[in-house]
Amino acid sequence: MSGPNSDYDPVEVSPLHAEEVAAMRDAALAAIAAADTLETLKQVRLDHAGDRSPLGLANREIGALPPQARKDAGMRVGQARKAVSEAIAERTAALEVEAEARMLADETVDVTLPTDRTPAGARHPLTTIQEKVADIFVAMGWEVAEGPEVEAEWLNFDALNLGPDHPARTMQDTFWVTPEKAAMVLRTHTSPVQARTMLTRKPPIYVIAPGRVFRTDELDATHSPVFHQVEGLAIDEGLSMAHLKGTLDHFAQAIYGEGMTTRFRPSYFPFTEPSAEMDLLCYVCHNDPAEVADCRTCRGEGWVEWGGCGVVNPRVLVANGVDPERYSGFAFGIGLDRTITGRYDIADLRDLFDGDIRFTEPFGVEI
Amino acid sequence: MRVPVSWLRDYVDLPADLTTAALADRLTMLDLKLEEIVSAGAELSGPIVVGRVLSAEPEPQKNGKTINWCSVDVGPVHNAEGNEPRGIVCGAHNFGAGDLVVVALPGSVLPGPFAISARKTYGHVSDGMICSGAELGTAGDPDGIIVLPEGSAEVGADAVALLGLRDEVLDLEVNPDRAYALSMRGVARDAAIGYDVAFHDPAAIDVPDDGSGAYPVVVDDALACPVFVTRTVTGFDPTRQTPRWMSRRLELMGMRPISLAVDVTNYVMLELGQPIHGYDRDALQGPITVRRGRAGEKVTTLDDVVRDVTPDDLLITDESGPIGLAGVMGGQTTELAATTTNIVIEAAHFDAPTIARTARLQKLTSEASRRFERGVDPQLPPYAAQRVADLLVALGGGEISAGLTLVGAAPALPQVSLAADLPARISGVAIAADTAALALRLNGCTVEQADGTLHVVPPSWRPDLTDPYDMVEEVLRHVGYDQVPSVLPHAPAGRGLTTQQRLRRRVGLVMAGAGYVEVKTFPFAGPADFDRLHLPDDDVRRDQVLLENPLSAEEPGLTTTLLTGALKALALNVGRGHDDVAIFETGRVFLPKDEASDAPIYGVDRAPSDDEFAAFDEALPEQPLHLVLTATGHREPAGWWGQGRRVQWGDAVDAVRRVADAVHVPLEVRAGSIPAPWHPGRTAELLVAGETVGFAGELHPRVCRDYGVPARTVATEIDLDRLLAAAPDLGRRPSFSAYPVAKEDVSLVVANRVASQDVADALAEGGGDLLESVRLFDVYTGEQVPEGHKSLAFALRMRAHDRTLTEAEATAVRDAAVARAAEVTGAVQRA
Ligand SMILES: [Zn+2]
Repeated sequence: MSGPNSDYDPVEVSPLHAEEVAAMRDAALAAIAAADTLETLKQVRLDHAGDRSPLGLANREIGALPPQARKDAGMRVGQARKAVSEAIAERTAALEVEAEARMLADETVDVTLPTDRTPAGARHPLTTIQEKVADIFVAMGWEVAEGPEVEAEWLNFDALNLGPDHPARTMQDTFWVTPEKAAMVLRTHTSPVQARTMLTRKPPIYVIAPGRVFRTDELDATHSPVFHQVEGLAIDEGLSMAHLKGTLDHFAQAIYGEGMTTRFRPSYFPFTEPSAEMDLLCYVCHNDPAEVADCRTCRGEGWVEWGGCGVVNPRVLVANGVDPERYSGFAFGIGLDRTITGRYDIADLRDLFDGDIRFTEPFGVEI
Repeated sequence: MRVPVSWLRDYVDLPADLTTAALADRLTMLDLKLEEIVSAGAELSGPIVVGRVLSAEPEPQKNGKTINWCSVDVGPVHNAEGNEPRGIVCGAHNFGAGDLVVVALPGSVLPGPFAISARKTYGHVSDGMICSGAELGTAGDPDGIIVLPEGSAEVGADAVALLGLRDEVLDLEVNPDRAYALSMRGVARDAAIGYDVAFHDPAAIDVPDDGSGAYPVVVDDALACPVFVTRTVTGFDPTRQTPRWMSRRLELMGMRPISLAVDVTNYVMLELGQPIHGYDRDALQGPITVRRGRAGEKVTTLDDVVRDVTPDDLLITDESGPIGLAGVMGGQTTELAATTTNIVIEAAHFDAPTIARTARLQKLTSEASRRFERGVDPQLPPYAAQRVADLLVALGGGEISAGLTLVGAAPALPQVSLAADLPARISGVAIAADTAALALRLNGCTVEQADGTLHVVPPSWRPDLTDPYDMVEEVLRHVGYDQVPSVLPHAPAGRGLTTQQRLRRRVGLVMAGAGYVEVKTFPFAGPADFDRLHLPDDDVRRDQVLLENPLSAEEPGLTTTLLTGALKALALNVGRGHDDVAIFETGRVFLPKDEASDAPIYGVDRAPSDDEFAAFDEALPEQPLHLVLTATGHREPAGWWGQGRRVQWGDAVDAVRRVADAVHVPLEVRAGSIPAPWHPGRTAELLVAGETVGFAGELHPRVCRDYGVPARTVATEIDLDRLLAAAPDLGRRPSFSAYPVAKEDVSLVVANRVASQDVADALAEGGGDLLESVRLFDVYTGEQVPEGHKSLAFALRMRAHDRTLTEAEATAVRDAAVARAAEVTGAVQRA
């Protein structure tokens, strides 16, 4: 504060003594600090910072002071008013934060209440695995071919080197459409789709054919008259069994992860020659010596059976209009139902087909 | 094919320390895939030895039985203290003092498991057991206790080894192209190749022939029967027993020993792969004639079945008529009987397709037909007949005919030529021409190499080797399938999924997103299903594609509607306690064509022409893809938020509308004439471009009752193929105005029978371009509305593209809309 002034009138300016201004200010600050709601603070503002508050009145009195006193008093009052108004702003902000916090606290709900108002749907794993397989092959430039489920006998058998007296034909346990002379069957494999593809497209051909197929097996825990396959067919110049193995290894890795591989064992299928059974490295124990002995999935073999494959028999090429001198090809087929039951450790094949929603639900919309 | 390892070792010098598991692995890699290893006799343990019965005293018992109290010498090692014979109680009577028997001594274990110990019985301590065949897990002598031929064993010898009770048997899966492996000879040859060791061919025997013939044969059909050999044995003793080693081998192979003569024919078939038939020479009348069947003929086969013969069947006949189905099964009239002393041995070669056809038509497969239809070595018959004759005489006495009758000749072996690099090109393995030639030679082929070509003549036992690629497989089998490298081919750029494939995925995602769970059901159905759906008797959906061999008589054909499967699945869920269920399925239905035609059968020497190919699809039934959904219970469950909402007819319509929207197809929903199985007043007909594609709504109460699903169950079924075919390449173009909207609500009273959609359509038409949207937001019936009428409340939104509408303009639009609705539907605006 400034020093004494010899010019002022002590009577007139008594309220503007430094002590008095300080008292007004302190009273205001105390009231502000004591205000615990925004309403109280509003009243405090009127009482201590309004026009009719002591500081407001003091402010008006400054003009009446002699010029020499006006400067000091103005400064004192001004500083006091500023301190009060800052305190009010600060207190307001604090009380607003408090009020909001209180409001939010008041609005708190039990967020663990159930929220399942919209039931979730799901897609069947046999659908989504077909899509997954399709995506893997489409990414390699292959296409997805389709055909009817009631199929011509010729396309299901003859075109695939399964002549009328071929022993393998009786192994197929075929559903025949009435009358037998109609020469129609429920397709026993998706291979007739391969025949249709060769008959309607020119090589190079790279297609997969996923779909539903039928055999006259009674339904039990491990057999079903209706099941699902995906078959692949490639026809091009210079294709060999090595390309078949490359494709299957890639496929195995895309489905089961890095490091997966396949192995071939000799076998017989009429539409391929040479033919092979393909085994997949066990996707649980990976034939790891430390784990394989106790592995339930491969029963200690280190490998699981995955399907059949081979080089397309030139007789099949001829019957389907492909020049075997110029082109060769390979084909493979795997069972999708077993892929699902194996991968998800499902003991009973019937679970896939009886329609219980609890079977499908865990699979969501994609696998 | 079962392969006892001890028998296999007769023909191939396998390493002595080779384990059965290792042998099985090697054979598997040679395409003789192991099914399982059967360990015969593994349950036997402890001292089971040969004993001589010194005395056998019959002792009648109170219970009426008579037991034998026997004293048995089991040799110094096994006898009781002081080399005293053992006392054994035995209930059987087919042996006596002096016989050699098998004794299970205390401490041994027989199959069961049955532990043998000394025990007190019938007043004696029985110190072991005299064994029957059944007790040892092998076929029993018909009379009970095994009595060993004199001189065949030493007292005290290990009977398990003597009788071959313990053996490892490989059960191999033989693929159709490896018919040769349906014999010990064939498996042994592959095993010898696999281990590069010597092979001793059991067919390499002398076949003496003085040219005098054996039994006369006439072959009428040389194509179907290229070779027929007979050889006779006279003076055979039919009372002689099959030696134990032979019956044991037959047992291990899964065959039942019958009589010495029959067992020998079976044994040689298993050994060499050549089916053999034996005739009682004295029952034959005149020469054996091989010919096709004639209409009306019958033959009684060995399985006691009287069979009608067809002209497709190849027969063995004599002057009495048919005496057997060639290559499949012999007949009863000439079979080898318990009294047969003169035997005619038949070893013939038959055309594989002929035998396969007879086996199929007669629904009769036999060990013989299984071999013939896959292909038997045509050069075998004389050797096989000789082998049978040799064994018969060796084991049963008699004389072999000095000559044999041989009609026909084995067909010439084909020559197959292939490029020497074909095995390498096809397998992707670097296989040199010499390696390929060696592999083929090891398999019995004759190979000539010239100018980069291999000229190969396969051996007579490999009729499957007819094509160059067959040779590739043989070579690769030798080189090893595990040598094939992994090379990813590069396909040309593809076009990705087709539009239809993408749309189908979208439909599944939309349905799942709408809360429906996908199921997969079987497409089989029958009249009972259609009854449950209450389809009228003349309903076209009762016209099924039928199956010749359905699994169930209840479901004789393929379904015409997916509701059959979906409602069963819904009922299953309800039965398992799920109250709120919403499921869907996409799948094909099968609709017979009006004009049924047969699918063509073409040759396979060339591809069908385009027209020929089209004939397949013309003949096949329609198989459109359908979408079905069905739901019951709550669509939104009750909860802390409120009451929840039960499924109602509108959910069924809404789901299909969502699907249609997702594929950009305008779907028309109308109240039409509604067929079964739907609720006639609560079902919408669904149309695309004016054609009905399905129905959605509530099921008829009777249908719900008959399927055991709750009342008011809803469903939708549409022809998905037709819906998706209507999907445009481009969806709708977005078009909207930034000017302000003007809103007006109108309430229109119409007769109950008026469809709200028609009112909405009329409003839209009347309002014109400025009427942006019409939405029904309330339906009211009650006091304010005349009887038989309803009040429909619509929210109208009006907007122009180029300006803000004035109040007057908006009112004019509304009035025009209402006027049109009044004109078309008789609507009256409520005040
Ligand atoms: Zn494993």
